[in-house]
Amino acid sequence: MKYPEPVQVIKERRDTALGALVGGIPYIGFMGITFERRGDELTAIMPYRGMLVGNPVLPALHGGATAAFLEIAALVELAWSGLWSEIESGAVDVSNLTPETLPRLPKTIDFTVDYLRSGLPRDAYARARVNRSGRRYASVHVEAWQDNRSRLFAQATGHFLMPAPNDG
Amino acid sequence: MANDDEIKVAQEFISALPHAKELGLTVEDIGPGHAVVALPYAERLIGDPRTRVLHGGAISALMDTTSGAAVMSLPEGFGTATLDLRIDYMRSATPGQTVHAAAECYHVTRSVAFVRTTAYDDDKERPVATATGAFTYGHATAPSTPEQMATAMDVFENGKKELGL
Repeated sequence: MKYPEPVQVIKERRDTALGALVGGIPYIGFMGITFERRGDELTAIMPYRGMLVGNPVLPALHGGATAAFLEIAALVELAWSGLWSEIESGAVDVSNLTPETLPRLPKTIDFTVDYLRSGLPRDAYARARVNRSGRRYASVHVEAWQDNRSRLFAQATGHFLMPAPNDG
Repeated sequence: MANDDEIKVAQEFISALPHAKELGLTVEDIGPGHAVVALPYAERLIGDPRTRVLHGGAISALMDTTSGAAVMSLPEGFGTATLDLRIDYMRSATPGQTVHAAAECYHVTRSVAFVRTTAYDDDKERPVATATGAFTYGHATAPSTPEQMATAMDVFENGKKELGL
């Protein structure tokens, strides 16, 4: 029996892959969004910044910023869930992952955002769940909250076109 | 078409929204129940580094702002908020080109405004994305005189100061 790899080696490989996926997308940096990983589970974090405000009187996060946050969380979760098995199987070599060598990103077909309450000027969190992922299409649901996990401020469902296997 | 003064007032208003200002949104037309707003192409808004195409989120923010602006320009649409927004992405926006969104408020009830929005780049015949949304309506009366507008802008500036912006 092969002895399992040291935990640090495994963690580093997974974190490097996630870093390459997220770090390669300029818009995620523009929004200041980061991802936390527990095993294969991701939590998207959008730290509060003044530029995310839409209505300075309430004050409230911009609905567009909320939509973008949810879409990023959904897209990264979907890309990550595909990448995960390739990292674990060794099919993808993490040591030279760049935007050019990463698998192509899925494309958003449609995205429906449900605004439940106004976004407060505080950090926001989101978790996405891939409800269906076929060869060509995927359906992803995403929930976002701020202070209380049980009090969502927005949720969304999106459909995505998966990259064709020969797209690179 | 709105005249220059109307566009200037709407632009001041959009620029008072920190996220809209950060995206560099510019008002191209405004009138009761409709609005056209532009999002200039920027490297930092790229969603796919291989194709250099803008991220869908930036297009969503543009369409949400434009839809909201169309509602705000109605008599009781001031201070509207998005209830839901569905966006369909038809094709990738061409890298390097400005994306424009045209919103039309097609039905209003006492408390809800329904809006359709189309986004396009230089090729107007092939939309980049379309959106339909429901917005809150009827909570406040829009400022109609220059004095009322100035008061509204003061309230905005105060809010920004409170937030340290």
